[in-house]
Amino acid sequence: MIIAGGAGGQQHAAAAGASGQVQGVSALDWKFSQVFGERAANEEVQEVDIISAIEFDKTGEHLATGDRGGRVVLFERIDAKEWRGRKELERVDSSLPRQPEYRYSTEFQSHEPEFDYLKSLEIEEKINKIRWCHTTNGAQSLLSTNDKTIKLWKVVEKKVKKVKDLNIDPATPVGNGNLGSPVHSPRSYSLKSSGLGRQPSSSHELTIPPGGIPSLRLPTVYSTESVLFARCRRVYANAHAYHINSISTNSDCETFISADDLRINLWNLEVSDQSFNIVDIKPVNMEDLTEVITAAEFHPSHCNILAYCSSKGTVRLIDMRQSALCDKHSKLFEEQEAPGSRSFFSEIIASISDIKFARGGRYILSRDYMTLKLWDVNMEAAPVATFKVHEHLRPKICDLYENDYIFDKFECCLSGDSLRVATGSYSNLFRVFGVTPGSEEATTLEASKTPNRRLVQTPSKSGRFINLGRGRRENRRGSESPVSEINGGVYDFTSKLLHLAWHPSANLIACAASNSLYMYYA
Amino acid sequence: MVDEPLYPIAILIDELKNDDIQLRLNSIRRLSTIARALGEERTRKELIPFLSENNDDDDEVLLAMAEELGAFIPYVGGVEYAHVLLPPLETLCTVEETVVRDKAVESLCRIGLQMKERDLVDWFIPLVKRLGAGEWFTARVSACGLFHIAYPSATDLLRAELRSVYNQLCHDDMPMVRRSAASNLGKFAATVEPVHLKTDIMAFFRDLTQDDQDSVRLLAVEGCAALGKLLEPQDCVASILPVIVNFSQDKSWRVRFMVANQLYELCEAVGPEPTRTDLIPAYVRLLRDNEAEVRIAAAGKVTKFCRIVSPQLAMQHILPCVKELSTDSSQHVRAALASVIMGMAPVLGKEATIDQLLPIFLALLKDEFPDVRLNIISKLDQVNQVIGIDLLSQSLLPAIVELAEDRHWRVRLAIIEYIPLLASQLGVDFFDDKLGLLCMHWLGDQVFSIREAAANNLKRLAEEFGPEWACQHIIPQVLEMINNPHYLYRMTILYAISLLASVVGAEVTCQTMLPVVINAAKDRVPNIKFNVAKILQSLIPIVDTSVVEQTIRPCLLELNEDPDVDVRYFATQALQACDQVMST
Repeated sequence: MIIAGGAGGQQHAAAAGASGQVQGVSALDWKFSQVFGERAANEEVQEVDIISAIEFDKTGEHLATGDRGGRVVLFERIDAKEWRGRKELERVDSSLPRQPEYRYSTEFQSHEPEFDYLKSLEIEEKINKIRWCHTTNGAQSLLSTNDKTIKLWKVVEKKVKKVKDLNIDPATPVGNGNLGSPVHSPRSYSLKSSGLGRQPSSSHELTIPPGGIPSLRLPTVYSTESVLFARCRRVYANAHAYHINSISTNSDCETFISADDLRINLWNLEVSDQSFNIVDIKPVNMEDLTEVITAAEFHPSHCNILAYCSSKGTVRLIDMRQSALCDKHSKLFEEQEAPGSRSFFSEIIASISDIKFARGGRYILSRDYMTLKLWDVNMEAAPVATFKVHEHLRPKICDLYENDYIFDKFECCLSGDSLRVATGSYSNLFRVFGVTPGSEEATTLEASKTPNRRLVQTPSKSGRFINLGRGRRENRRGSESPVSEINGGVYDFTSKLLHLAWHPSANLIACAASNSLYMYYA
Repeated sequence: MVDEPLYPIAILIDELKNDDIQLRLNSIRRLSTIARALGEERTRKELIPFLSENNDDDDEVLLAMAEELGAFIPYVGGVEYAHVLLPPLETLCTVEETVVRDKAVESLCRIGLQMKERDLVDWFIPLVKRLGAGEWFTARVSACGLFHIAYPSATDLLRAELRSVYNQLCHDDMPMVRRSAASNLGKFAATVEPVHLKTDIMAFFRDLTQDDQDSVRLLAVEGCAALGKLLEPQDCVASILPVIVNFSQDKSWRVRFMVANQLYELCEAVGPEPTRTDLIPAYVRLLRDNEAEVRIAAAGKVTKFCRIVSPQLAMQHILPCVKELSTDSSQHVRAALASVIMGMAPVLGKEATIDQLLPIFLALLKDEFPDVRLNIISKLDQVNQVIGIDLLSQSLLPAIVELAEDRHWRVRLAIIEYIPLLASQLGVDFFDDKLGLLCMHWLGDQVFSIREAAANNLKRLAEEFGPEWACQHIIPQVLEMINNPHYLYRMTILYAISLLASVVGAEVTCQTMLPVVINAAKDRVPNIKFNVAKILQSLIPIVDTSVVEQTIRPCLLELNEDPDVDVRYFATQALQACDQVMST
């Protein structure tokens, strides 16, 4: 846990639990757990198979991935499932003893490629984000979005039904009953006939005796097997002029937000034909545009608070209670760069690609091109910790710019207990850092069956300076050992690990290397 | 196999399980027919259990089922068997789609209201308790809407139990359940004995008003007015008033928005004195709120509020705010104000209206935002009664003329729709002077909808002022315009003629308008010609048979020889109508 200046930190202490007593938690020993869609040697990767989104649900029982082909693939946990009650599933607060194991459960085509004829624009089917919604009646539901359209999917186990004992042999060719003639509406008919003994005109010659007709019978339904079945329940379309970069569900279980480059819209899950614009940073004149929204997320428990980050390296917190249109933020988190170190690339590498709230909502993790930053919502001037992820790339930044790699958007994640953070890098590597004060933990892993194969784990030598008085810490871990040197090899910028997710309660990371989904546990 | 005559009904039953959702939906909509075919006993023993088991259908089918079952008591054998309908509805109360659940709850309430007291105790109350303790939140959400039916017939012991279940629902983990408990609290409270109302229900209410979730507190506000009306005034002052005053200063604009919408309802419940000391200041604060949405809600209730408080208080406290709002920076606030402000005129009386309100009306009539202007004009009649037509016409007419030529056609359209209202207020003479020309002008508008509305407007004016006036002031001008070089405008005139014919009667029609129509049959544009055929057909019932024989029929016969196929088609149709009239 983080001790962020004198009075702070209590809220977080609860989440950290017993381990919060100890200064510094020992580094985790990560092991390979599972892989789905592993690439065989020399196998060419199809563009459509590349994973573009990963998300655990709140319980960690389910995992969803989306790919560039517009598909959503679901995985479910197979261990320790039997003793979990429904009520418990609803509440989401358990910690499981065993290492989670998953199996493929189902997949469905969420988005299809489309063409916007008005703007002559192709709309890719690529899934940009997936967010799980609240579990209802045992059915999983999730939101998935591409650049323009958000969809709500419900995945439910459905019994395959067979019908027998029909009144009329299906072989007999008879059309729809003439009772169903459109001449008068069923509605008015049932009202007319209620309580009256007289026959409605449509069943002309047929007279029903008071006791009913004994020869008629109801069909019998028997079920054979059950299959998982995904159904699109709502489509939230036509609300974004720019590309949607993120969606986030609210703790009130009723609303969600969607953010594009310039606007954030608020939706009710049940209403797909209207949304409310709550943030609009579009300047009157587009030539004055200096900043775009890169991600937005709701606070995990306060339904009125949300955070969004921008290409300028700022994280803004807004309170929807203040006004209907929240163009004025209530908090702005921004680290001023030292004037000497400014360069042509400063602004580009400052752009934040992802933000996540820690459980409890006290901390926000942000990822820019070079670093991970952890912010205390009570301290706007500077992050409480900075983890250098790509410091070793600084000399190569010019090349990265010329090849556009500098615009890669890496995601970040926090462990359920908020003690560690993780993010991806190049060469299919990802890095895990300990957040606890005094923690030296900085692990680099490769998304392969042997995650520690090429890497020597070097405990960092440089100490960290903890300024308890101000709650600010300098953190230089990771900077001293550029991985490219350790590998003795060249960095592979084409295999980048952009998407990863941390299990909500266990130490399990799922990450995407191209078309393969790797899982590691500790 | 069933007999031939039973085929339709047999198919209907089979299609309850058809793969095609449209056919299943159709069968469910005819559930009452199926029930009658099976008879009451088999409906109870077979159909209802069948429906209970087959509840994993599509939402549309479930919604239809929930609705049908609400009116199903006659088909299961009357009220004493009503309880058999509860199981299928109970399962529908737990589905995930909100509209289905809501409909199932509605149907359960309908059935519950008809059930005998003993049956309610035996069947309905256990159902409420089961749903209230349901595993999934969907069941618990539905339960909240059933307490007001179950409670009155429960024994004291059961009542205590029901109250405690409701208490649990008010503190449920899921915000959806708490929201449902908050929005149903008023209904439930109305059935609870006064002694428990003051203790239990008020405790629930207090907890809900302090909920962490904005979305719950929001709905608790709705309960304020409902509860306030149930309580004695002094209790209301003691327990509701502080809450609402607090809410009116809540940091969430959505909560304040709800208060702004509800506040006037509470004035009656608390009585005049607390209204003066607490509610008026709260309302004034809301009228001056920072958030435009709150001001919109508050502005929309100005008149209702003024009707409750004394005119003196209204002038002293509310009128100054109204003046501020009339120049509010948000056009939506001004529009909301404009839609209700005319209603203040009768409340404040003539003198105050002329002194205070009229300048505001005029300012709003000149507003740059068309909705504001339209909202004022649509309520003109309310002011007319107070200040009289002369003053009204003097001050308002220029603004109206200006709007009639607005460049947004939707504004012009809206104005046209108010013209008959204006005409009735202004009277014939005044109308002729100022507005007559405008009405004709619209017939030549560039936008079809305006021309169409203009023609309809002429008809309504003719109805208002009578056929004689129409003959003098409308028909000649209309007929003149038939010579417009553009056929679309000529078509508008034909349309106007067909509408006016029904108002002015046979004589005028034959003398003035019919010749013009007959003449138009020789138009060079086929569209005009087949419209002539259609109009002639519409004139047949209005005019004498002799006219039909001598004028209309020959003209139609001629059109029937036209080279254009559409003209011939409509001419044939009209001729058939002719023949029908002649033969009778």
